[in-house]
Amino acid sequence: MTPELLSSLSLSMPELIIAVGAMALLMIGVFSGERANTTVTGLAVALLIAAGAWMLVFGHDGQGYGTAFISDPFARFMKLLTLVGAVVTLIMSVGFAKAEKFDKFEFPVLAMLATLGMLLMISANDMLALYLGLELQSLALYVIAAINRDNVRSTEAGLKYFVLGALSSGMLLYGISLVYGYTGHTSFEAIAAALTGGERQLGLVFGLVFVLAGLCFKISAVPFHMWTPDVYEGAPTPVTAFFAAAPKMAAMALIVRVTMGAFEPIGLDWQQIIVFVSIASMVLGAFAAIGQKNIKRLMAYSSIGHMGYALVGLAANSEAGVRGVVIYMLIYLVMTLGTFAFILAMRRKDGNVEQIGDLAGLSSTNPMMATILTILMFSLAGIPPLAGFWGKWYVFLAAIDAKLYALAVIGMLASVVGAYYYLRIIKIMWFDEPVGGFQPMAGELRLVLGLSGIFVLFYVLIGGPVGQMAGAAAKTFF
Amino acid sequence: MSGVPILSLVTFLPLVGAFLILLIRDDGDAARRNIRNVALLTTVFTFAVSLLIWIYFDNNEAGFQFVEKFAWLDSGISYHMGVDGISMLFVILTTFLMPLCILASWDSVEKRVKEYMISFLILETLMIGVFCALDIVLFYVFFEAVLIPMFIIIGVWGGKRRVYASFKFFLFTLLGSVLMLLAVMAMFWQAGTTDIPTLLSHGFPENMQTWLWLAFFASFAVKMPMWPVHTWLPDAHVEAPTAGSVILAGILLKMGGYGFLRFSLPMFPLASEFFAPLVFALSVVAIIYTSLVALMQEDMKKLIAYSSVAHMGYVTMGIFSMNQEGVQGAIFQMLSHGLVSGALFLCVGVVYDRMHTRDIAAYGGLVNNMPKYAVAFLIFTMANVGLPGTSGFVGEFLTLFGIFKVNTWVALLAATGVILSAAYALWLYRRVVFGALTKESLKGLFDLSGREKVVLYPLVILVIFYGVYPAPVFDATAASVKALVNNVTVSIDAAQTAAAN
Repeated sequence: MTPELLSSLSLSMPELIIAVGAMALLMIGVFSGERANTTVTGLAVALLIAAGAWMLVFGHDGQGYGTAFISDPFARFMKLLTLVGAVVTLIMSVGFAKAEKFDKFEFPVLAMLATLGMLLMISANDMLALYLGLELQSLALYVIAAINRDNVRSTEAGLKYFVLGALSSGMLLYGISLVYGYTGHTSFEAIAAALTGGERQLGLVFGLVFVLAGLCFKISAVPFHMWTPDVYEGAPTPVTAFFAAAPKMAAMALIVRVTMGAFEPIGLDWQQIIVFVSIASMVLGAFAAIGQKNIKRLMAYSSIGHMGYALVGLAANSEAGVRGVVIYMLIYLVMTLGTFAFILAMRRKDGNVEQIGDLAGLSSTNPMMATILTILMFSLAGIPPLAGFWGKWYVFLAAIDAKLYALAVIGMLASVVGAYYYLRIIKIMWFDEPVGGFQPMAGELRLVLGLSGIFVLFYVLIGGPVGQMAGAAAKTFF
Repeated sequence: MSGVPILSLVTFLPLVGAFLILLIRDDGDAARRNIRNVALLTTVFTFAVSLLIWIYFDNNEAGFQFVEKFAWLDSGISYHMGVDGISMLFVILTTFLMPLCILASWDSVEKRVKEYMISFLILETLMIGVFCALDIVLFYVFFEAVLIPMFIIIGVWGGKRRVYASFKFFLFTLLGSVLMLLAVMAMFWQAGTTDIPTLLSHGFPENMQTWLWLAFFASFAVKMPMWPVHTWLPDAHVEAPTAGSVILAGILLKMGGYGFLRFSLPMFPLASEFFAPLVFALSVVAIIYTSLVALMQEDMKKLIAYSSVAHMGYVTMGIFSMNQEGVQGAIFQMLSHGLVSGALFLCVGVVYDRMHTRDIAAYGGLVNNMPKYAVAFLIFTMANVGLPGTSGFVGEFLTLFGIFKVNTWVALLAATGVILSAAYALWLYRRVVFGALTKESLKGLFDLSGREKVVLYPLVILVIFYGVYPAPVFDATAASVKALVNNVTVSIDAAQTAAAN
């Protein structure tokens, strides 16, 4: 082995741990029969934590496999978020699997493979590495979306996601080929170097548009969001939680790296695309969620809106903007995990319920649950002093600095509209007459919900250090 | 007093009480009694501590006192607290009204006592924080966080249309606030800081001032509320529980006026000068129009709510007259209105607790079996009208005096509001209190209970005391207001000189 390969391997050790581990878990799952799910999930969680720990302890800056793989503070921060999302959703799936006969050991294995794909996406420094990581993630996610194969809605969700996802992958690939054609490179640095100073060609802008379209599909930004509500609603809830948390982190990191890395010299071109996508996502997320009755569907529109807010930071095309995106994604992750822990705990004697109306009067029947969800909802609406407000603060701060006043004003107005449907959930829990409580929460859900509530409530106290960490991650590009 | 973080202490003491209440298990009458007692003790203690602020306050010092400053978030956002003559008395007003609110809800709130008291204590922390914050981000956090407990208070313990009222209150106020948030961000990039004392001396460029002023105006005008964005107030007032109305009228509305004084006037003096006619016009419309609307109300609380809008018209007018009399009058009017309107809502609460209706038509002749109540109500009504000898007169007179120096016509039109307010307030009083006691349902009513006396009598005393001897308030506010008016005048003169050259 050459020293270069060795250093590449050590740089990508977390990914290797997960890749080898997933293979091993597949074997364990196949051979251990009936009760495989719990064991495999437990081991998967352990392996993901091990990968994350490795990264935190031994992770260092550098490039590997030529220039295809990069490790820097930004990558490590976003990988950490992705791993947290994956680990927490896997832990939350255990109780659900038992109760709902959702005991397929393939879920943790596929989730691991998808996570592997996400880590590769975050570290991608080359169009080909980008595509490989993205496809590994997507193929695993297609199967996960349809994993409840006897359920019509789940298979519909999976099929819908697959068809639209394949289309977006095709667009992405076409965009990559155009970019390659006009610059002659696939490496991000080389593309950026080729674009600097030279005349900007129209074909290249086409390539840029296609690449961004493919990536926007993955973060479910408008107008590539159509799959989101159906998949969120149709997939089993732990799967939805996984969809809402981990892939969004990776895809957002990828968009940041492609725009800030490869296409940095033509910032004005992608900036207007991002501004449009951001406005469309915020507005649609705010208005479309108003009429929803199913809480998972509501969260789908909510996540569309939140991706729009995160993109506000990116649209600023500045260090403050990237920092805003990083902080926003962190806060969004915590709020989403907490909310889905709550949704998983919406259980009556005869099974899980998903309608918002089922929450009526929850503040009298399950006061603790209702209080924490109330905090989360106010936070999602962006009311200070809760964490969600600070996410918005940083992204809009960057937008104002970049003089994107129209974007900022529209975004803020959309957040007022959005506040309406979060308030509606609070209203149903606090102002309406009880319709009967839920079963006591499982221990792990209680933990996740509690921790997320504490984070959201006390973010004001830890905001300083968190902001500094995010700032260090954002410095990578400047 | 140096070294003791007295402002933080006063601000966060109620939270300690809220935490203690959280630990009490809410079942049975004994637990409820404990919860009420803890809430009352906390608020009384907070009031007692807050009085130390007034005692140790240096009336001759125009700048900020009791300052505390710690690094908080990155980009220079710090935890910065302090009070000056403009804000100090609002802190006292808040801590003073809170125990009365707790007492007023003693028997009338029976369901979910625990959540109720926790909401009020959190609300108190946030309201005090608004008046103490010396970092604009910190201010915004307190300012907007107030919506959370207030939304819950109106929505859970409110009347029939509480859901509508609470949503309207929340969304209206939020809509104004988010625009202010964007303005705060723009100020941060322009001045490089969010520290209020630094921003006060920054001097923003003239064209930027216009936009910033409008954004702040959007927020404070809704909060105030000024015509035509006042429509949330009657709904919120009518549906809120008595104590919620008291806090809304007594403190929340003052945040708008305080915001104008703390931000709009000193930070954007040129824009304030430019937009002053607009504010005058809106104020005059508010005074006359809402007074006429108040005449037509069938609901006691709604009548008082519209009267609040009219009285706030004097405040905005006084503030933007930008002279010593007008601004001091506006501050006095806000403090006095905090006492008077709070007291009027408490008076409505007294009969509502007995009859469970707020319809004016359902009452009449209460003077026959509730003489003590009738006297207290009469004094508050007179104060609301602005009768000399009550605190209501001083503020109205000074604001009119201040505006008279600036614009006689505005003063003339605004003065008609005094007559109109006499009309609606006295008519309300006549229909409720005077006349023969003919209605059967009213005959069993008993006069003020001991608890109600404890709530209303201090207010009676203060309303008359400050009507006769307003000096303590003016002494405390004079130095800061003088500095404020001076700075504004200097900036405007400088700009005019520059324009002339």
